[in-house]
Amino acid sequence: MSELVRRDPRQEWIIRNRLHPQHLEALAQMGGAVANEWMGPNGVIRRNPHAVGFIGPNGIRRIDRSGVQQAAQAPGRSVEAKDARQRVTIETPAFMVAVVPDMAGGRLSTHDRDLLGLARQLADADPAQPGAVLAIVFGEHKETAFGEAGIDRLLHLEGERFSGYLPELRVATLQGVERDLAPRYWLLPDSTTGGGELGRRLAARLDERPAAQVWQVEADSESTTGWRCTARGAAGRDDVTRALPRVVLALAECADPVSETRHAAEAITLSQELPEVLGRIQDMGEVAVDPASVSLAEAEFILSAGNGVKDWDGYHHAAEVLGATKGASRVAVDDGYMPRDRQVGATGTWVSARVYVAVGISGAIQHLQGIQSCEKVVAVNLDEGCDMVKRADLAVIGDASQILAALVARVEQYRAEQQENRDAA
Amino acid sequence: MPHDVSNTSASHSNASGLNVTVLVSVGRHPLTARARRADQDARAVEMALTLESTSVNLLHAGQQDSDHEAAIRGYLGMGIDSVGLIEQKPQADVVPALAKALRASASQLVLTGTRAETGEASGVMPYLLAEALGWPIITGLAAVEKIEQGTAVVLQALPRGKRRRLRIRLPAIATVDSSAPPARQSAFGPAKRGVLNLHQEPSEIDEALSSWHIQPARKRPKRLKIVKSSSARDRFKAAAAKADGGGGQTLSDVTPEQGAEAIFKLLKEEGVLR
Repeated sequence: MSELVRRDPRQEWIIRNRLHPQHLEALAQMGGAVANEWMGPNGVIRRNPHAVGFIGPNGIRRIDRSGVQQAAQAPGRSVEAKDARQRVTIETPAFMVAVVPDMAGGRLSTHDRDLLGLARQLADADPAQPGAVLAIVFGEHKETAFGEAGIDRLLHLEGERFSGYLPELRVATLQGVERDLAPRYWLLPDSTTGGGELGRRLAARLDERPAAQVWQVEADSESTTGWRCTARGAAGRDDVTRALPRVVLALAECADPVSETRHAAEAITLSQELPEVLGRIQDMGEVAVDPASVSLAEAEFILSAGNGVKDWDGYHHAAEVLGATKGASRVAVDDGYMPRDRQVGATGTWVSARVYVAVGISGAIQHLQGIQSCEKVVAVNLDEGCDMVKRADLAVIGDASQILAALVARVEQYRAEQQENRDAA
Repeated sequence: MPHDVSNTSASHSNASGLNVTVLVSVGRHPLTARARRADQDARAVEMALTLESTSVNLLHAGQQDSDHEAAIRGYLGMGIDSVGLIEQKPQADVVPALAKALRASASQLVLTGTRAETGEASGVMPYLLAEALGWPIITGLAAVEKIEQGTAVVLQALPRGKRRRLRIRLPAIATVDSSAPPARQSAFGPAKRGVLNLHQEPSEIDEALSSWHIQPARKRPKRLKIVKSSSARDRFKAAAAKADGGGGQTLSDVTPEQGAEAIFKLLKEEGVLR
């Protein structure tokens, strides 16, 4: 159907005029119900206050200002239901801004999104000559919303070659991108999960002096590049203000993430073959670390127990089998089931786990504060209405000890299957 | 460069094994702002001292004055006889001088902290050295497991307390961060007795530094939570309501096995099961 709005001024006039003899017929033609909003002749939204609301079951007019009812009876052409974000496609960019996101856990992290926001600022500064944001992603990923994060071009380098820790290959690849596309800026997250290291390697290879620990970028007509950046120096005690260099290592919250536009995230490939790199650093795999030795604040996977846990032996066994760090709510610690240094929450440790499994914890506000920065929360609880279940990404309602026992059995079965596969291979 | 070699030869003679050079810098105490041994560099020295059958050489490039000397002597107090000092002007770029000294020495492993505690402190210096020397570089060294046939097997510290095993070809540069074991105390007597082997090198002045504006760090503005919504009800809800996950899946009336299966699937997707 055509998107063009066909208007009939006479019809609209009849609808506005409640005393017109054809008023009701005209209303019926407009879509069955009484139209309470329409575009006026000057482009202003007009409202009919008499048509607001609906007749409730007791014959009384009810007005729901939440918009829920209105949306239900709105005619087919509704603007609000659609994604309001503007779609932007940049066909022939004047320049490129390259971003190498960390993709910790296979998804764009908040740090990556902030960095993409900064890249958009640099690319969109001159509307007459828009630049394109190029993201370079190594290895497998689980991200689906590259376009929403503000990426115009996506160079995805996958395959067996790019799995594992290969800093030399990655730098050589980025050097290939530099030769091929010559981005105006290189933005990398100054993080410990890889971006900081890769960015410094790249800067040394490209012979560019990078700005590290950048937390602010502003337009500046006096600077040679048109931008000036503020970076932390001297172990965070000084601020260094300088012209923005080509390679930028930025801290988290350096800019606001993209929220108002959607971009194409068009996949591209390199025109040249990548060179073979002589690897002087060989990755021999991650080493199993005893989860109990990892401090609670930086543990990745926490199995936390609360008042609802009755079978403590089963809980400790489950934590060992899953390879999870143990945590506890305040009640479990006060009752003497867990040591004080395992307490999670405002009065204990603020945790940053990627996966937090709360067993028998109803979710006091102090506890929920402590798990604010956890990515995925799983709740096992008997009470469906508790706050932890509302917070959780996955909640299982049932008896904690039975579910933990079933989970242990399932994980042991999975381990056995893996062992068989390994033996067969 | 004969004087470079003579500088380190005193400590060469006492061991036959690996030659380790630790690059040390002058740190600054975060509270009192006094010059001290830099924390990460001291950890690097500690790691070098715990390696078996190695000779440890310290190397520092920078300006010379009494404060700096006291700080450098802090490293000597950890049980080292001498430190090589390359004198440079305050605004100098130390990479060329250090690269020259390392090329002349017989070092196979160079250890240093991740970033300095004064100056620009961008943490790029080890990478520039590695690029200049053509050596591999690794970050976050947590432990050296063994050294054999020109390679070293090391553990690299990752965030969240994890470790990764790497094999690197020597000679190599490794940086040490706060996840390495803490440095031993510095003793006053050995620090006083230690020898500073001073020698001059032409300084390359860092031109770009003069155009930068350096001031005490400002507090970073706190990010506001902006709710972009057209309806007043949504904005009110966002401001007033408790933070709830939103879109979370709730499984009620399921058998424990079904519930466990759902949790297992999520754990596997997130990759936390080893």
